[in-house]
Amino acid sequence: MLEIKGLYKRFGDKEVLCGLDLSVPKNSVFGFIGKNGAGKTTTMKAVLGLIKTDGGEIFVDGEAVSYGETPTNRKIGYLPDVPEFYPFMTAREYLALCGDITGTDKKEAASRGEELLELVGLSSEKHRIGGYSRGMKQRLGIAQALFSRPKLLICDEPTSALDPVGRKEILDILRAASSQTTVLFSTHILSDVERICTDVAFLDGGRVNLKGKLSEIKERYSTDEYVLEPASADGAEELLRCFGFLKPEEDNAISFKDDGGTLFEILGYVSRREIPILRVERKEPSLEALFMEAVGK
Amino acid sequence: MRAFFAFVKKECLEQYRTGKLLMLFAVFVLFGIMNPAIAKLTPWLMESLSESLAQAGMTVTEYTVTAVDSWAQFYKNIPMALIVFVLAECGIFTKEYNANTLVLCLTKGLSRRKVMLAKTSVLFLLWSALYFVCFGITYAYSAYYWDNSAVGFLGFGVFLWWLLGVLAVMLIPLFSALFNANTGVAAGVGAVFGGAYLLGLIPALKEYSPAFLMKTAPLTYKTAESGDYLGAVTVTALLCVVAFACAFPVFDKKQL
Repeated sequence: MLEIKGLYKRFGDKEVLCGLDLSVPKNSVFGFIGKNGAGKTTTMKAVLGLIKTDGGEIFVDGEAVSYGETPTNRKIGYLPDVPEFYPFMTAREYLALCGDITGTDKKEAASRGEELLELVGLSSEKHRIGGYSRGMKQRLGIAQALFSRPKLLICDEPTSALDPVGRKEILDILRAASSQTTVLFSTHILSDVERICTDVAFLDGGRVNLKGKLSEIKERYSTDEYVLEPASADGAEELLRCFGFLKPEEDNAISFKDDGGTLFEILGYVSRREIPILRVERKEPSLEALFMEAVGK
Repeated sequence: MRAFFAFVKKECLEQYRTGKLLMLFAVFVLFGIMNPAIAKLTPWLMESLSESLAQAGMTVTEYTVTAVDSWAQFYKNIPMALIVFVLAECGIFTKEYNANTLVLCLTKGLSRRKVMLAKTSVLFLLWSALYFVCFGITYAYSAYYWDNSAVGFLGFGVFLWWLLGVLAVMLIPLFSALFNANTGVAAGVGAVFGGAYLLGLIPALKEYSPAFLMKTAPLTYKTAESGDYLGAVTVTALLCVVAFACAFPVFDKKQL
């Protein structure tokens, strides 16, 4: 859906993007992760043709993006971190303006507007946008971004300025929208990525250091460590006594490294002794650990 | 064209709902009323000041007010109205840059050229409408109290100041494409008018300077003819076209 090849951008002496390569597959929810100032917004603005790049190519659905006049934007919905609207308009008037700009049929535009206001929970809102809270503006931001049924939805840190309730609402809406569009979602909030993303790319030093399907990356970086959680403290104590190499974790959980048989040995013991177990799972690397790995910290 | 008209509608709605239209309308109506009112009050004013003027050694003779006095006031007041207009409208683009409101429209495929054309059209129509409201009020009162036929080249004189306003209107988008702050836009427009004034101080060039269009008194008193202004009118019209044409490529390349 989106191809970026060797993208360069310099602001004065600072090289923000140094040969960035990125490929966003169709129908994915793509988490674009990086520290503040890593170049996420610069990349997104370049995709939207809003800034002039110093080198590289960008293709949206196979069509090249050019700075200034950007016909590719007809395929893109954009949600900035803090979307700003004309404060003297109502949400309905704003979406009608979106309909006129995108050339949507008047009748279709009116029904699409109502449908989206319903989706983002603003259908009963009659006031002008000037009186909206940040969360309401963010929800209207999603409505306007989805208005023309874009093939690619670009969200630049859409949850960074919101409280936990607002964040959950936005993530739920984005998850619902992802069934109809490809979502490119930049953030530095890793728990948001875990919640909705299927693919990720870690940006550091102006380059993508790690990218791919989230599940595959986690698999690639997973270890042979397992976590087993007995239902009671007595069960955990018995296992710790019996197997000296077990490590106590939070609550009653214990962890161990499976070197080809340890797991079965412990599970056999648990079964024989009829120790109630709540969970047994392979320890997955946290996204935070992967992020640290990607940024070399 | 639908996107263009939608953006024009949005601009008009903004002028109306932010109260800018009302404020400008009030200012131009006020100036329109003030022109004949000041002319009408001049004899009374002179009479009330006659005693103090007499003490200073000046004698006040009886003065008959005509429509010429009313139009002289019009030409004195219209620069003030133009300044108010420029100051009120110099943020028409920059406000959108600072609030980031334009980005969402552009990322929907609205072309920058349509934005430029829509905003310039609204400024042009607004200036023309407000100017002719002011003109209409002055004309009606002057016709009621006196005789407008006493004023030389009235239509042409009024056209000259309208053209100067159009020049200011065309300079606002150009300087808005160059600068991000409305102070920069206002200063840019002011600098062009200042430059035109300085150009008007050079005897060989004064008849080609847009500032020459401000000298409407010789027309009013019939000591000059419309043909005398041909050079300045041509230069001003060319400047309008050049400013309008240059605004597009500059705005196309502007980083938002």
